[in-house]
Amino acid sequence: MTGQTALKSRESTAPSIAELAAQARAIRKHTLAMIHAARSGHPGGALSAADILAVLYFDLLRLRPGEPRWNDRDRFILSKGHACPALYAALAMRGYFALAQLAGLRKIDHFLEGHPDIKIPGIDAPSGSLGMGLSQGLGMALGARHLKKDFRTYVVLGDGDMQEGNTWEAIMAAGFHRLGNLVAILDANELQGDARVAQQMDYFPVREKLEAFRWSVTELDGHDIGALRQALAMAASSRDAKPSFILAHTIKGKGVSFMEGQQYWHGSVTMKDEELSKALAELDRT
Amino acid sequence: MSAALAYWQVGESVSLREAFGRALLHAAAEREDFVLFDADIAGGTGAKPFAEKFPSRVMQFGIAEQNMMAAAGGCADTGLIPVVSTFAAFGMMRAHEQFRTAIAYPKRNVKLFCSHLGLDTGPDGATAQMLEDIAVARSIPNIAIVVPADANEFMKAFAAIMDHRGPVYARIGRSPAPVICDAQHRFAIGKATRLREGADVTIIGTGVMVARALDAAASLAASGIAARVINLSTIKPLDADEIRAAARETGAILTAEDHNVHGGMGSAVAEFVVEHCPVPMKIIGVADRFGKSGEPAELARLYGLTSERIAAEARALLTRKTCANAA
Repeated sequence: MTGQTALKSRESTAPSIAELAAQARAIRKHTLAMIHAARSGHPGGALSAADILAVLYFDLLRLRPGEPRWNDRDRFILSKGHACPALYAALAMRGYFALAQLAGLRKIDHFLEGHPDIKIPGIDAPSGSLGMGLSQGLGMALGARHLKKDFRTYVVLGDGDMQEGNTWEAIMAAGFHRLGNLVAILDANELQGDARVAQQMDYFPVREKLEAFRWSVTELDGHDIGALRQALAMAASSRDAKPSFILAHTIKGKGVSFMEGQQYWHGSVTMKDEELSKALAELDRT
Repeated sequence: MSAALAYWQVGESVSLREAFGRALLHAAAEREDFVLFDADIAGGTGAKPFAEKFPSRVMQFGIAEQNMMAAAGGCADTGLIPVVSTFAAFGMMRAHEQFRTAIAYPKRNVKLFCSHLGLDTGPDGATAQMLEDIAVARSIPNIAIVVPADANEFMKAFAAIMDHRGPVYARIGRSPAPVICDAQHRFAIGKATRLREGADVTIIGTGVMVARALDAAASLAASGIAARVINLSTIKPLDADEIRAAARETGAILTAEDHNVHGGMGSAVAEFVVEHCPVPMKIIGVADRFGKSGEPAELARLYGLTSERIAAEARALLTRKTCANAA
């Protein structure tokens, strides 16, 4: 099935691009408010992943928010765990827990840990130490195949993940095992903790490497919701024996002019009150 | 209806790798819920007979243990039980963080079985002789650490480990080891076994050192010293009752392990004893050195892991016990 027909078959229930854009905007606003309240956290990489998360959580993933451990759910792993405020926002918006809980991020008496923890409803894998997310997804995909289950596993990777040897071991194994039920999405904002990827350790080109490891690769603008939707729908309906890799070019801090492309906002940062108001006002205007 | 488990005769010499292979084959007929995670090393860990008979129950990772370990964590999320087997240097050291973060932290139901432990590894030399795994494993919460003393205990332990819900690290000795437990031996995670009664001193052994502790106790008995011998086959959680009783009833504890003296079983016992029931102790193990090539018996002599050394240290410990009582 092509992406277009896959999209068509779901048109009756699928949200529009404008609706998904609104969800992405809401994810961004919650994310900033959470990091501001926590007085620490990583806004840049959370904002760059917001559109990807909106499409996954509001259009694509097969989930039961009332039954977070439902065994036939699609699995989702945020390997770049430091972006978790955006994921927690998406989970709360989907009803895994109350929106009011988001204010508890990183607090001593609260369950919303600074990096993903499977005790949080809707979190399928711990992350925060880069390089382990794709392997955990690989294990889920292998388990699904062994048990003849049809759920799919989606993993969002960051630039740092692509520098970890463990990720490349997983890339090698997923291609070798022909895991068509595994989808990786690289949120390539090209800025890492201390400097630009090009300065620290340039892991590009990606497409050629992934294709050599027997993955099917789609390259797109990670803020183009229509393109994300189509590529993810295609990956989700693929009967190909190759795992799917979506190389999403993104902008760190996307959506907030003074954060976009700025190293400082990788984090972990304490956001001033006026910075939060300015950012929220900008997002309201978009 | 499956065949009854076959055990070995006490006194036979059997590698725990052989027991691992037999236990896997037996369990395969009993339960569908586990798969073997292998990194091109089933021939070395003893899992090969299972891998050959049940290829569809093997997940192959090639020589990439970090990926294998984190994938085992993910796979456990589907309800399958990954039985991961490799050498300890790769399973507990190279993939340590994957084991910690992707398995122990989320309490995933993964069973890690590692061979090639300590000087028992023999001629392969220092890089393969894992003398640090208990130390690093012990510092991880949520896990159990099991060290069977012989092939028969391994068979009992394997069943208990598979029935236990949660992550387990289990150690498989490489070289043939004397069978000391009979088929009636009872194993439970967290319970030590008292193999010999005695009131003068307690020798706590783990793994290959348990048989040597028994030999040492026999030679001490010949000179009128009654040594209690305990097989501490679970290092975490520790059998607090058995250790407290040893301290109170014998007044001195000697530990023996094929592992660095720092951070191993002796350290685990000492941490408990110093806090709850302080008595003189001696920790026998490898004295903070790397290993080298040689036959296991030669290495045991060179590094002081023999029954003779245990007996000599027990005698020395008795004089400290007397001093402690006098003071």
